[in-house]
Amino acid sequence: MKGFKWLTPTLYILFLMLPIYWLISMSFKTTNEILGHFSLWPQEFTLDNYVKIFTDPTWYNGYFNSITYVVINTLISVSVALPAAYAFSRYRFLGDKHLFFWLLTNRMAPAAVFALPFFQLYSAVGLFDTPWAVALAHCLFNIPLAVWILEGFMSGVPKELDETAFVDGYSFWRFFTKIFLPTIAAGIGVAMFFCFMFSWVELLLAKTLTSVAAKPIAATMTRTASTAGYELGLLAAAGTLTIIPGAIVIWFVRNNIAKGFALGRV
Amino acid sequence: MSVELKNVTKLSGAETHIYETNLRLEEGEFNILLGTTLSGKTTLLRLMAGLEKPSMGEVWFNGEDVTGVPVQKRNLSMVYQQFINYPNMSVYENIASPLRVARTPAAEIKQRVDKVAELLKLGPMLKRMPNELSGGQQQRTAMARALVKDAGLVLLDEPLANLDYKLREELREELPKLFKESGATVVYATTEPIEALLLGGHTTTLHEGNVTQHGATAEIYRKPHDLLSAQVFSDPPINTAKVTKKKEWFFLSDKVRWLADDRYANLEDGVYTVGFRPHHINLMAKHDQTVTVQGSVVITEISGSESVVHIDVDGDTWVSLSHGIHRLEAGDEAELYIQTDRCLYFDEALRLIGD
Repeated sequence: MKGFKWLTPTLYILFLMLPIYWLISMSFKTTNEILGHFSLWPQEFTLDNYVKIFTDPTWYNGYFNSITYVVINTLISVSVALPAAYAFSRYRFLGDKHLFFWLLTNRMAPAAVFALPFFQLYSAVGLFDTPWAVALAHCLFNIPLAVWILEGFMSGVPKELDETAFVDGYSFWRFFTKIFLPTIAAGIGVAMFFCFMFSWVELLLAKTLTSVAAKPIAATMTRTASTAGYELGLLAAAGTLTIIPGAIVIWFVRNNIAKGFALGRV
Repeated sequence: MSVELKNVTKLSGAETHIYETNLRLEEGEFNILLGTTLSGKTTLLRLMAGLEKPSMGEVWFNGEDVTGVPVQKRNLSMVYQQFINYPNMSVYENIASPLRVARTPAAEIKQRVDKVAELLKLGPMLKRMPNELSGGQQQRTAMARALVKDAGLVLLDEPLANLDYKLREELREELPKLFKESGATVVYATTEPIEALLLGGHTTTLHEGNVTQHGATAEIYRKPHDLLSAQVFSDPPINTAKVTKKKEWFFLSDKVRWLADDRYANLEDGVYTVGFRPHHINLMAKHDQTVTVQGSVVITEISGSESVVHIDVDGDTWVSLSHGIHRLEAGDEAELYIQTDRCLYFDEALRLIGD
């Protein structure tokens, strides 16, 4: 038994990696090969799918649009959440615990609930089909999440640190930017990561609130299937490229991610 | 600078953290706030620092009312029990930070930081980050930051409590010297009576938000105003019992009695409370002025060359501290010798008699 300790995790990881491998493998196949016969790896290796994505504006604009609203959303969420989280972690005020919990309950409603009101509201104020529409809509989920994560990290910093700085003569803003933010840098990284991920993978609102100009890649991917027949290779290539930004961001916060999942409370 | 609390009260919700307090700390003195946890030491420090506002009363520095002055402008420094340093700055930058905030010229900063680092033996650590230091070094860094500033008032909130024994002794010895040179008024909060005695200076005893006594440390130890101060300033805790004075005798019980000294010659007959410090109740007779009581051992704690024995005497548990190792088992009968010339007597209101 002892010699086979590696077996279970290996099988498990193979099982997890299989769909990703299949996706990547498909992205290098022609659509004919994919539909024609079963093959474990590309028989006629081709980069055409990727070339098409990087040259056709309807494709690469999808990525550009997605990245735009994701970045806007991440920046808004974290910069709004920072002062809120500081207040929750440092001050006691009337109803603070209820408000804090209520923030999280926002995440419990399905996105579909908000799709209609957002669609109508943004159409009315002229935000429809802009990156701001999606970025702002995603704030509904991401700000509470960022507040929770940051509050956890901030509460891990003793209040005495703030006081020592004030005693030393630091003004509040100087302390906040020069000492406090660097101290919770890991927490900010984790909060940004989670905002990025949730905004990046969210499809329903992103699709509902855009049509042409700000169309996200996820929408492009799912629509192409119906317009030009089956372009499975192309879709697989787009899928592969969609995984990459997330993987890069994960790499940056890999050491703090577990703490992030525990909302900073480890 | 001199610090004065005038009728200061601190309430938090319905709770009173500090009852009306009047206290004057003279310039350049080493002051100790002595009290158990939750006695209000930290709150008093925070009131002086301006981290908290008194609910009533005023705080004066150098004869000026600073009650409304924000903490940044009070020219003081503070060291906490937890090792608080700026985690994103090197030790050098940590120590330099109060000077940088005050816009001190760079050359002077370097000179002052180096000097303080030298004093606190942090020279080789200056380039490291705080989390790469041992606990003792981290606390030294925090103290260096408090020292470099030339603040008129230095507040130390149990700064040695989280350090190991050896380091605590070392730093405790250095502390009064360090701050003596700077000429700052120091307020040092501690829970340990022994620490207060070792540090000397002046002591303020605190009990549940009340200042019970303020004065020279040795004086308070020898002559506590009242039983509370004596209790705060005794570790292991002081023993108390009722005694009845009849003419020239004090009667602890029908059998146990001793002659009152001259100091109490004029004391009226009646019932009083007597206090014995544990090291004045011994397992061996030390000199003539002792009386003997019988009891059964509850528990014995032996620490190196001293034995602390808890003994049940007629239903009261007394604590005695004797030199040498006395291996007494629970339930053993033992004789205790009380040095009656060291007894403290308190009246009905528990104030010391015979000052």
